[in-house]
Amino acid sequence: MSVILEASDLNLRFGGVQAANGASLKVSANERIAIIGPNGAGKTTFINLCTGYLKPQSGRVVFAGQDITALSPRAITRLGIGRSFQIPQLFLDNTVIDNLLLALSAREGSWSPFLVMERHPKAGEMWELLEMVGLKAIGGRIVRELPEGMRKLVDIAVALALEPKLIFMDEPTSGVSSTEKFEVMDTLTRALDARATTAIFVEHDMDVVARYASRVAVWSGGRIALEGSPEEILNHPEVREAVIGVGV
Amino acid sequence: MARQLVLGLALLITLAVFPLFSPWSTVILTVALCEGLAALGIMVLLRAGQVSFGHGLFFSFSAYAVAFMAAARLGHEALILIPVATAASGLLAALVGLFIVRYRAIFFGMLNLAISMVFFSLLEKLFPITGGADGKRVPRPTLAGMEFGREQFELWIFYITLGLCLAAALFVARYLTSPGGKALEAIKSNETRLEYLGVSPRKVLFGAYLLSGLLAGLGGAVIALVSGHVTPELAYWVRSGEFVFIAILGGIGGVAGPFLGALMFQIIRGYAAVYAPETWHAVLGVMLLVIIFFAPAGLYGIATGSRRKEGGR
Repeated sequence: MSVILEASDLNLRFGGVQAANGASLKVSANERIAIIGPNGAGKTTFINLCTGYLKPQSGRVVFAGQDITALSPRAITRLGIGRSFQIPQLFLDNTVIDNLLLALSAREGSWSPFLVMERHPKAGEMWELLEMVGLKAIGGRIVRELPEGMRKLVDIAVALALEPKLIFMDEPTSGVSSTEKFEVMDTLTRALDARATTAIFVEHDMDVVARYASRVAVWSGGRIALEGSPEEILNHPEVREAVIGVGV
Repeated sequence: MARQLVLGLALLITLAVFPLFSPWSTVILTVALCEGLAALGIMVLLRAGQVSFGHGLFFSFSAYAVAFMAAARLGHEALILIPVATAASGLLAALVGLFIVRYRAIFFGMLNLAISMVFFSLLEKLFPITGGADGKRVPRPTLAGMEFGREQFELWIFYITLGLCLAAALFVARYLTSPGGKALEAIKSNETRLEYLGVSPRKVLFGAYLLSGLLAGLGGAVIALVSGHVTPELAYWVRSGEFVFIAILGGIGGVAGPFLGALMFQIIRGYAAVYAPETWHAVLGVMLLVIIFFAPAGLYGIATGSRRKEGGR
């Protein structure tokens, strides 16, 4: 499989904290990579470095053959990398529909002042996307009124509306009840499969990791400490000890 | 939506018939409409959470553009002077906007103020060119090639301004409900997500700033024609502050808000100046306090029953 993203030797220090310490990861097309690790291990920093929110002090990120290390989040998004956030980043006072239509307008570059949101040419695609992620029933709701778990899904749907080749999802199931986690991940996996989107997701629930990841990267001290298949990683003595240690 | 439409129509009809019964009101209403246009420009920026304390710059720039062109006989036709002067202020807004959209909040507001005050100083100090504090007279131009007496000219300019305000309000209303308008609101609510949609917040704000400058410029061009005289006071910070005052007083939930605010402002100023000449600024201040505390959606919110500052559905 072709390599879609290659992060090499990324380093970033915040004062006395080495948030990225030679972090490297090679991602092939259509992989589902789970990033696990304790709080403060540098998982979100790694996502921020790959999506342009932070710039590394050294190292480089190459996406689809292009060096994106110094590019802005906007430029990286346009190249085909989408992301959702640990705390969903949405337009809270707008409806779910408006959030998605704005994303579709951004993708299509349709900014005519005479284009009315209610008669948006991509409305059909917006409803398909909402159905795909199981949010059709709440399309008209104001985002601020939604529970955290639903906001997470809307955040992911907004990122998917851009048709990214690769998506980073920061804790997609946090805030979702344990009984609904698998349902949410099944829905997301179907949406990702339908669009042939490669995905990297930060996750703390090992059951979710075991079921949905094709590869697992264990983060520690700002870099990958272990890497392998879910079976290898979740049966690794150090990981088991760490996992049991935090009581998961 | 129906209430907003009724409000807009009621306002339009009242304005259209009022000067027919009260000819004395023609100039006052035209001035109110001009200030309403500038306040509409402020409202556009407020939708992005940005406030300009310097829109007197564009208002005065186009007013002086009219004065210079009329004096030089480059344009002795009102229907040419208005669009050319408006375009000139649009060009200025584009130049200023190129760097001002990099700033947010207090820096955005104060930079606008600083630039407008630089222009105010130039107007005052460059006496041989601008006429200094005395300003410049604007000779009455022709209208569609015809010469009119003062009252006829003022009446026609009023109706032209009313038409321009209607067109501007409809355009801004359309723009605010388009994806571009939603992107503009997104600057206030979540600039990070906007970046991660691949959208440049600066470009979005630049477009809004340009529109805002054009609206203020349109108001300034007309006010030069109707008053027949321009002075540096048009660029002074008090004038810019009045536009912000009017926008807040009227409310930014709908395009009728700034015009409602401008009309109320003229009414308060007119009556307070007669009945409380020493304290009319205090009357305006109390009025603004009442609005902020008890009706944050402004007169528009009171008229449409909307409690949210930005209106919304």
